[in-house]
Amino acid sequence: MKKMRIVSLLLVAIMLMGIFAGCKTKESDTIKIGGLAPLTGDVANYGKAVNNAVLMAVKDINEKGGILGKQIEYIYEDEKGDPTEAVNAYNKLVEEGIVALVGDVTSKPTKAVALKAKEDNMPMITASGTEESITLVGNNVFRTCFIDPYQGQLMASYASKKLNAKTAAIIYDTGDPYSTGIADAFETAAKSFGMTITNKEGYTTKSTDFNTQLTKIKTSNPEVIMVPVYYSDVALIAVQAKNHGITAKLLGADGWDSVLDKIDKSDVDALANGYFCSQYSDTSTDPNLQNFLKEYKETYEIEPNMFSVLGYDSMQIMAAAIEKAGSTDADKIIDALKSTDYAGLTGTTTFDGNRNPIRQAFITSFEDNKYKFVELYSMS
Amino acid sequence: MDFTTHVINGLGLGSIYALVALGYSMVYGIVQLINFSHGDIIMVGGYSVYLVMSILGLPVWIAAPVAIIVCTLTGVIIERVAYHRLLVHNAARISLLITAMGVSIFLQNVFMLFFGSDPKAMPPLFTSTILKIGSLELASSTILNIITSVIMMSGLQLLVNKTKIGKAMQAASEDTEAAKLMGINTNSVIAITFAVGSALAAVGALLYSNTYPQVRPDMGNLLGLKAFVAAVFGGIGSIPGAMLGGYALGVAESLTKAYISTKLTDAVVFGILIIMLLVKPSGLMGKNKKEKV
Repeated sequence: MKKMRIVSLLLVAIMLMGIFAGCKTKESDTIKIGGLAPLTGDVANYGKAVNNAVLMAVKDINEKGGILGKQIEYIYEDEKGDPTEAVNAYNKLVEEGIVALVGDVTSKPTKAVALKAKEDNMPMITASGTEESITLVGNNVFRTCFIDPYQGQLMASYASKKLNAKTAAIIYDTGDPYSTGIADAFETAAKSFGMTITNKEGYTTKSTDFNTQLTKIKTSNPEVIMVPVYYSDVALIAVQAKNHGITAKLLGADGWDSVLDKIDKSDVDALANGYFCSQYSDTSTDPNLQNFLKEYKETYEIEPNMFSVLGYDSMQIMAAAIEKAGSTDADKIIDALKSTDYAGLTGTTTFDGNRNPIRQAFITSFEDNKYKFVELYSMS
Repeated sequence: MDFTTHVINGLGLGSIYALVALGYSMVYGIVQLINFSHGDIIMVGGYSVYLVMSILGLPVWIAAPVAIIVCTLTGVIIERVAYHRLLVHNAARISLLITAMGVSIFLQNVFMLFFGSDPKAMPPLFTSTILKIGSLELASSTILNIITSVIMMSGLQLLVNKTKIGKAMQAASEDTEAAKLMGINTNSVIAITFAVGSALAAVGALLYSNTYPQVRPDMGNLLGLKAFVAAVFGGIGSIPGAMLGGYALGVAESLTKAYISTKLTDAVVFGILIIMLLVKPSGLMGKNKKEKV
């Protein structure tokens, strides 16, 4: 009997300890923000770029005194680019007591996590999940990157209002959702601005011969040609357009990034009349952006990219929202996120009704075999 | 007017198919081997030009002979290393075919290893201008392709019909054993056939990289396959047939893109092959050879 009493006393003591321990975490002097990114596997490059930048943002915020008077404790998990792993990792983060989530990185795992996060009403922001339906999952899900169709609308607006174009042609890759998404959005938007679409010419993935499409486009002689494809194809299309004597301005989206690597110096004049939009430009003169790029390169010894810049801004936007909410209450953070008006590396971000960013895009052109930042442009 | 331009564009593209198809046709004519690694010779030629012009910064008149020499050597080496023993020992045709595929995969992977799988930018070989013929406006590269291919084919016709080695080739293709008995060194005839085929592919590679200024390790895949279709369409074993097949395919592709659908281009190309095989299995200009039993 005596033994039993001691055992039960001990058990009570242990249970009480558990309670106190619980109290202690709740009153901890850090604010836990979770992170999800593929740090190994096929898409590790993207994950590392985002996560590295988030870590830099956390460091910067903490050096300035943190948020709500506390330091941020950033806890991140590697989800290997896999939706199942991502949900497991998310559950683990929730058990650790995170109050908000910065992640995930690629579209599929982000969607899976968003569905789970909606049940928990967890404030979440993805730096780079572009798939349109992700933020439609719940009003707790935000994103920092543009969705693909947005770039099509933006370039249509730019063509109509800045380049004063009345006619446009489109040449796109019919086998790539990125390309078709932007092409369709461009077409609809351009028509709504009163432009005429003279041609919408598709091609199959891995095509190299665009002579037929370009001959047709040349006959209708549009003022601009929208080419929403990736950089290798852009190079081939631009050179063939030049060889056909097409002088229309070529327009594109962020897939054009690195196009100069795929075009020979002697052919670069084919791009002289090219304009593309992107979410940041490393030729921008913004000192904050330049500092970030420099520091990133020094810290991680690799070149930062669009994912890094978006990752940095995502953490900053989340931190600013928590500060503004004045507490770690999920509803208050979500409300604060909705009214975000944050000036970051990518420009000033606000969110639309679907929690997608509204922000200027960086319009880039080419000069002397280099990218040339033209201007910041926003649709409104 | 557009129609004429589309046809000429198609001929420009078809010229490249034709040059590659000649290699398929010649090799098949002599050793009955469908040399699936032939498309990759184009890739080898493309990378030779890239190395000489982009990396070493030398002009085109050095790059062109280098590409031709490299391709010719590659063709002969492939024949000696991969096919020769099989041919000497009269191996089953299927073994030759599988070997050819193996060579193709090998070449692609070697180049992927050294250059990576992403495309490399090529400088233009010749300055491009726009040629105005009446109301037609054409890219100079298209016309260059057509003219070069016609010259090459005429040269090849002369070689095959007027020279001793050409007659030896014809004899070997008629009956290898009998040619041997007549004192023709069929081994060297086979090697020369591979060399000539590969040299033509090198010219194809030059035109290709001038028209589509990018090289990638898998560029020979579809190009080789279409050239093979062209060779079968024109009648495999026939030189004018291969040319005709190449042009026909290029024009068919261009017109499909222009008037039917860009998505159906490849479907039409291979559809043509299927119809041809059903209607006239020996091809447009092929001889209807009876199988000896």
